[in-house]
Amino acid sequence: MTTMAEYRNIAREGLWSNNGVLSMMLGLCPAMAMTNSATNGLGMGLATAFVMTGSATLVSIFRTRFSQEVRIPVFVLIIASMVTVVDMSMNAWLHELYKVLGLFIPLIVVNCLPFARIEMVASKRPILPSMADGFFMGVGFTLALTFIGAIREVAGSGTLFADASLLLGPAFKFMEMRVLPPDTGILMMILPPGAFLVTGLVLVLKRMIDERSARVAQPSAAHCAP
Amino acid sequence: MKSQRTLIHGLILGAFCLGFGSLLVMTNGYTKDDIALRALEDRQNSLAQVIPDSIHDNNLATDILTLKNEQGSEVTAYIATREGKVTGVAFETSSTGYAGAIKVMLGVDPEGKILGARVLAHKETPGLGDKIEVKKGDWILRFTGLSVGNPPVEKWKVKKDGGIFDQFAGATITPRAVVKAIREGLQFFDANKAKLMEFKSGKTAGAEAAGAAAKGAK
Repeated sequence: MTTMAEYRNIAREGLWSNNGVLSMMLGLCPAMAMTNSATNGLGMGLATAFVMTGSATLVSIFRTRFSQEVRIPVFVLIIASMVTVVDMSMNAWLHELYKVLGLFIPLIVVNCLPFARIEMVASKRPILPSMADGFFMGVGFTLALTFIGAIREVAGSGTLFADASLLLGPAFKFMEMRVLPPDTGILMMILPPGAFLVTGLVLVLKRMIDERSARVAQPSAAHCAP
Repeated sequence: MKSQRTLIHGLILGAFCLGFGSLLVMTNGYTKDDIALRALEDRQNSLAQVIPDSIHDNNLATDILTLKNEQGSEVTAYIATREGKVTGVAFETSSTGYAGAIKVMLGVDPEGKILGARVLAHKETPGLGDKIEVKKGDWILRFTGLSVGNPPVEKWKVKKDGGIFDQFAGATITPRAVVKAIREGLQFFDANKAKLMEFKSGKTAGAEAAGAAAKGAK
């Protein structure tokens, strides 16, 4: 049986210490392409989290059914089917959201993050821990994308969570903010170079926080570092 | 022995393909009608922006006529009729901007005057070229009421090229492309005017049923 402490560990790994984008550096393609606004990052993250949870669960259910030799094609099959189901259902029933994200849903198939987690965790562990791993890794991915998107959006367009009501429904209109006056943003930040810059800076920020907390935990260890 | 193992792997993989294949077939069956309905609604929404509701009593999205333009590619024209007479035509026209094609939906009345123009899709630089969207600026509204002849065809250019249309600070290629797309659209209309004007709304009953279904789904 998986204990509560193990689940807590799974959650901490997914959200922070082994975060898909910020630690494992996987899934950087959607992380850069889809973060020109916080809302886009959030939407891409949520769709990925859904696919990750679903595919991890399915792989875990079938993990004793397929042999080692054909596992890779089976993983590809499962992820691709999940993505296609999400794509068609969103097109039919969440059409407004689909118009915003539709182009990027098929890109989840080529994201290495779901694949890596299935290979590392879901193909070896029981259903519940695998599901939890897929879910928390997905949420961690969402948080990273939303954070990068928020920085780029504020710096580039001067807004925060613009069009969030299209994604989450009219009740979330309050999230849409204008931080800077119009036409003051640095255009580059919402273009591809901004993605590289901001992703790099966020990576640096995470390393700094990690190092500081390690130093607080073991004061003597920091002096030994070259 | 070895070939037997290969066979087993093949069977396992085949079973998974069959299982997930059927899942996809089922999902497709459930979503197909809704997806078609959404596509129709989208088309009606973009058509409603360039053809005012007051001038037609038919369903624009289903009363269509397919024509060939000068380049030989097919153009779908959506015909607005009232009491059987053609009152307007909407069609898509496009031209290459700074980053790929810019698609413009153009609505034209029987005299060749623009009822409305809207950019449907483009990949221009955000903050510079995207002022062609009606959401970001009213530049595109300037075309309403114009036709080839008003201004004369040689003035259908941006100011930098000696025409009458404003370019944007930092972006000339984008508005130049939109002006070109609209001018070519009008010329396409003039060239095919005879064919478009004799259009008879034959499937009005069917079109109304489709429209009612779309409204019911909302």
